[in-house]
Amino acid sequence: MKKETLSGSRRRFLWAVRCGMYAAAGLTALLTLFLAAYVLVRGIPNLSWKFLSTKPSYLSGNIGILPDILNTVYIVIDTLVMVIPLGVGAAVYLTEYASNKKVVAVIEYAAEALSGIPSIIYGLVGMLVFSNNIGTCLRAGALTLTIMNLPTILRNTQESLKTVPQSYREGAFGLGAGKWRVVRTVVLPGCVDGVITGCILSVGRILGESAALLFTAGFAHVVNGFAKGLSSAGATLTVALYVYAKEQGEFGVAFGIAAILMVLALLINLLAAGVTRHFQKKNAG
Amino acid sequence: MKQKRNLLEDGVHGIFLLLGLVTVGCVLLITVYLVISGIPAIRKIGLLDFLFGDTWASTAAQPQYGILPFMLTSIYGTAGAIVLGVPVGFLTAVYLAKLAPKSVKEIMGQAVSMLAGIPSVVYGLVGMMVLVPGIRKLFRVPDGASLLAAIVVLSIMILPSIIKMSVTALEAVPKEYEDASLALGATPEETWFRVSVPAAKSGIAAAVVLGVGRAIGEAMAVMMVAGNVANMPTSLFQSVKFLTTAVASEMSYSSGLQRQALFSIALVLFLFIMLLNGLLNFFLKGDRRG
Repeated sequence: MKKETLSGSRRRFLWAVRCGMYAAAGLTALLTLFLAAYVLVRGIPNLSWKFLSTKPSYLSGNIGILPDILNTVYIVIDTLVMVIPLGVGAAVYLTEYASNKKVVAVIEYAAEALSGIPSIIYGLVGMLVFSNNIGTCLRAGALTLTIMNLPTILRNTQESLKTVPQSYREGAFGLGAGKWRVVRTVVLPGCVDGVITGCILSVGRILGESAALLFTAGFAHVVNGFAKGLSSAGATLTVALYVYAKEQGEFGVAFGIAAILMVLALLINLLAAGVTRHFQKKNAG
Repeated sequence: MKQKRNLLEDGVHGIFLLLGLVTVGCVLLITVYLVISGIPAIRKIGLLDFLFGDTWASTAAQPQYGILPFMLTSIYGTAGAIVLGVPVGFLTAVYLAKLAPKSVKEIMGQAVSMLAGIPSVVYGLVGMMVLVPGIRKLFRVPDGASLLAAIVVLSIMILPSIIKMSVTALEAVPKEYEDASLALGATPEETWFRVSVPAAKSGIAAAVVLGVGRAIGEAMAVMMVAGNVANMPTSLFQSVKFLTTAVASEMSYSSGLQRQALFSIALVLFLFIMLLNGLLNFFLKGDRRG
């Protein structure tokens, strides 16, 4: 099929869509490049060991983000500790135990609904349910994020449970194992990859979250230990970025944090892609 | 012995059932809390005055709580983001799914994932520093923090959802369809756009709905670039408030009826989102059926 044999209108269509596709893909690539480069160029000069390892002080006018880093770590750990049992348990129920189709449909619909709710609504409800009862603190933020990340863990675990061959389960049953023993020894070890992928994605989401934390975890910059930190208010990196940029006009600090978040986002993506590829290879071979 | 075993099995079954139902419980919790805290203000203000009042003056001596400006801003803003973002996202998706060489596809895939992983406050920050001054200079307006700035930021933020989901839908089109079209003498481009795209249309529609959901629910990035004044959105260069930013910006200092009205706004937003969820399910089901 030579191009010369095509009619004028077909040639114009060909041209138009080709140009359109190249332009659109080029624009997407340029935007991503620009965003990454701009944030890194403006942010990296602000990074220093002092910036990372001190806390802000009004007396010396120093701004450091150590408390925000610690708060972020605390909230990530606390959220994962709560969300993994819930998400994995729900996934095991859905794939191993549930016999009633309606119950499965309701739970899956609920998970879908949870993943569509905007974070500002999580923030409001988290404030009403958690912060009004246990105070504005990292724990309240972590509880809110737990609900938010439940669908992510649930879905990834469920996907990996589906790859556990049915014959393994049948073999274990055939040897006389009870249901719980099969779940414990055959099913749960098989879903580790899904849980890990889900965790990586959840960490990414927690790092990027701000609207849900602003009203539940507050924005203090105090260095605390793990237990005390969870019961007191604190800003994560993302919330700190917002406060420094919007309320205090400290754009240097904001870009410094933005550069850190950008690098973390990139690392998490690479990690998630690498882990997925690794497990796919393992399952195939 | 046997009975003890059964007791254990039943107990474990019950625990897993409970864990499964936690998800449902969370959705109910959110719904019930939003309805309970959202209804009182609507009753005090009056449903029609609340939904269709065109003035929001929550801190005035004679407070007025009309959220029409916020609803219109959210609708216009989302529509604008769709108009800008969908063509770019859609064409990029077709390029990635059909035309792109493997290496380009892999790198672009990573780039799109990164775009999705960038926190919304970073989008807001870049928008604040680049877009807002840019709009001010380019269009010679007194303040660049405007509906237009929010639309541009949102259109970039919805790109990853649209691209990823459309690529998945396009790659799921059976190869036989395309082979048949090529064998009949259609060029590859005609095949992609006249055969593959129509075959993947419910997946692509779902991608657009997902983008709408993301745009209408975004709060922080919009808050940093839209100016946050409760104007009716009559021009692209006006400083405006979205449903989300109305809630986020006044929450920290509100009290009494004003606070209750914020919960009512959240309830309206929640209803919008649930409506979109229904739409999304409709499209996805259509895809599954064939």
